[in-house]
Amino acid sequence: MSVPALRVSGIAKTFGGARALKGISFEVAAGEVHGLLGQNGCGKSTFVKVLAGFHAPDPGGTIEVFGKPLPFPMPPGAFRDYRMAFVHQHLGLVPTLTVLENLRVASITARRARVNWREERAAARATFARFGVSLDLNARTGSLSQTDQALLAIMRAAEDLRGADGPGLLILDEPTPFLPKEGVDRLFALVRQVVGHGDSVIFISHDIDEVREITDRATILRDGLVSGTLTTKGSSHDDFVEGIIGRRIARSVTAPAVTRGRTLARVTGVAEPGLDIPALEVAEGEILGLTGLLGSGYERVPYLMFGAREATVGDLHMGGKTTPLRSMTPKAAIAQKMALLPSDRPGASGVPGLKVRDNMLLLELDDFMGRFGLNLRAMGRRASALSAEYEVRPANPDMRLGQLSGGNAQKVLLAKWMIRNPDLLLLDEPTQGVDVGTRQQIYRVIRDAAARGAGVICASSDAEQLADLCTRVLIFSRGRIAVELTGQDITKDSIAEACYGHSTLDVA
Amino acid sequence: MDTPLSTSPERRRFNVADFTERFGLVLVWIVMIAGFGILLPGIFLSWMNFSIMFATQSPGAVLALALIIPLTAGDYDLSVGATLTLSAVTVGVLNAVMGLPLGVAVLAALAGGVAVGLVNAFFIVYVRIPSLVVTLGTTSVITGLVQWMTNSSTIGGISPTLVNMVMRGRLFGISYAFYYVIAIALAIWLVFEFTPLGRRILFVGRGREVARLSGIDVGRVRVGCLVASALLSSIGGLVYAGLLGAADPFSGLNFLLPAFAAAYLGATAIIPGRFNPWGAVISVYFLATGITGLTMMGIPLWVTSVFNGAALILAVTVSQFVRGRQETDIG
Repeated sequence: MSVPALRVSGIAKTFGGARALKGISFEVAAGEVHGLLGQNGCGKSTFVKVLAGFHAPDPGGTIEVFGKPLPFPMPPGAFRDYRMAFVHQHLGLVPTLTVLENLRVASITARRARVNWREERAAARATFARFGVSLDLNARTGSLSQTDQALLAIMRAAEDLRGADGPGLLILDEPTPFLPKEGVDRLFALVRQVVGHGDSVIFISHDIDEVREITDRATILRDGLVSGTLTTKGSSHDDFVEGIIGRRIARSVTAPAVTRGRTLARVTGVAEPGLDIPALEVAEGEILGLTGLLGSGYERVPYLMFGAREATVGDLHMGGKTTPLRSMTPKAAIAQKMALLPSDRPGASGVPGLKVRDNMLLLELDDFMGRFGLNLRAMGRRASALSAEYEVRPANPDMRLGQLSGGNAQKVLLAKWMIRNPDLLLLDEPTQGVDVGTRQQIYRVIRDAAARGAGVICASSDAEQLADLCTRVLIFSRGRIAVELTGQDITKDSIAEACYGHSTLDVA
Repeated sequence: MDTPLSTSPERRRFNVADFTERFGLVLVWIVMIAGFGILLPGIFLSWMNFSIMFATQSPGAVLALALIIPLTAGDYDLSVGATLTLSAVTVGVLNAVMGLPLGVAVLAALAGGVAVGLVNAFFIVYVRIPSLVVTLGTTSVITGLVQWMTNSSTIGGISPTLVNMVMRGRLFGISYAFYYVIAIALAIWLVFEFTPLGRRILFVGRGREVARLSGIDVGRVRVGCLVASALLSSIGGLVYAGLLGAADPFSGLNFLLPAFAAAYLGATAIIPGRFNPWGAVISVYFLATGITGLTMMGIPLWVTSVFNGAALILAVTVSQFVRGRQETDIG
């Protein structure tokens, strides 16, 4: 048997008093795609940082890459000498530079004299040819789709490996969460190309289905330990879930309502560039899913209804009132008991630098006005109670929102809106970057809201989530509602099928 | 079951690092006073020295307090120094030259401040020009207007009533001017900490999109903050005119840099990571103590500029190091 691409034995890492890694050991065989997964806080990011030389592990453990032990501490950038290349979620591309400049940055900046652009261009074309991907070399990188940017970053990393003698190890650290499904497929095709050239790949993700699709084997981390290494082919979805959270969770599916509730809100006559909706309605107690491929426009609907994006025509009918969408504002929407949980968590949903309690109670400030101004003690009590109710961990409302994991931050922001008992709850990717266990808690909050008669609109690119959560799903294609699924017809596969089915049918 | 909800023992324990961070500036100030007291025996540590400093620095302190309002909402206001001068000169021209009653002159000066704030706000919030650019422009415009109004010369003979209310009137040996500073700081602190408006201003500064989607009228909050800073600056102008008994068309701008330095330095103390009024006031007097001490030791005048500029940069640097990569107001 050949030398493994990576052999990790007894790696531990302690930060202050906290043991992020408690001694992990596993192997990545040469030429395989190896998954690394686990919940937020399981230690996978710490491990990647150890591997990249960013953190030195506690003494005692060893890591060998193609049989060569890594020295600890490792000088910055030395991972290149050990035939490794990393692509992090933030890709490391400069958006204002061209595709060519980003792809060839190593060669361009290494030159002392004049840059030979013709040579660089030829090298870039050769790279594209090798991986079967073609991008416009002169395009500004920031103008590419998320998918193309990810592909560019991966090709650049794979090219770095070619410089070394012998095969290399490419580490992809959560490259997929912001990609649409088709983007993930293209990314996987590229990963297969990389492996086809003899390199090995470590694929880090929290999406079980993606790991099952692309990897040969997968190592699961839990609480800083290896909970198991699975051979992908022989393992079920449940095997993975059990490895990740240590128990099997029944995937809960929303029980369909016996009778459809009264119509709660209607949107009519929306006609924006790339979005055309004659009518869309949501009933009381209904969880309405919106989905489609990238660019189909479904994710814009919640923002238009809430007045968060400018609209030109169309009306919102709700509570016996008709409001032109053009004059909707978030303030008016809140007054009409609407709530919007945007997908851009740090940018539009909550402020990471401010305390959990301030973020949580922003909408309720006026209720805490006493005779001597804000009653800070009452606010503290309320925030603690809410943290407990929504199972925020750690339940300390004086922490900054940014100190919480993605899932816990999302629970805080969900609580911020839910305490107002909204009649219409608008969600955009409510579980993006949220781990499996927390997902169920968020679903429960959403279902409770619907059970008490609220209408929910959930825009999501996650078919499994929609299948579990929604009582009706609208699939968008090129800005129009193409398919409507209800009741038993809503499955992960039927949603995916409808997404892809329609984009091709529509061409005719 | 008597377990309270907030079961975090660490919170109760006295946190040395936290205390040092919050009161470090005050400690350094005390050390500095002690140092100058030793180096300048018998001169520095006198009540006289400090009461003069508390009074003469009050226009700068008012400016620092004016600044932290738009800074908290995420906008710069460089025009506070010019607005201060405009207000002082307005009082001088209307009261001393044209002989109008002091009350009328004061109201006109405050109205002028509000007008400056509205002009700034119009270009910053509605035309969407960066605040730095707009207020740099208005600074120059106002400075020009002031020279036109005064013919570039100091106007003396302002009503003694104003001088009495600011400079001559004393409580515990300190001019009233100092107590105006404390009153303004107290008002800002109460608004920032204990009103919904204060929280909204904070959210507007830290996460404009979050604030907007939470139903806060971001535009109105920003306009309000810019008008408030201009209004406070013109109050600073009244204090300045009262201190001098005259209106100086030039020296008001000298307060701008120390005020900025104090606003930023103040954000490293008391409520670290946030612009806060007590930190700003302490910083003004901290910087003034340094300059007074150095001047008494016979260090030439140019050192003042170096000291203030270095303090501004150092304040921001220190806060970056202390807070690590945490997000703060500063930056």
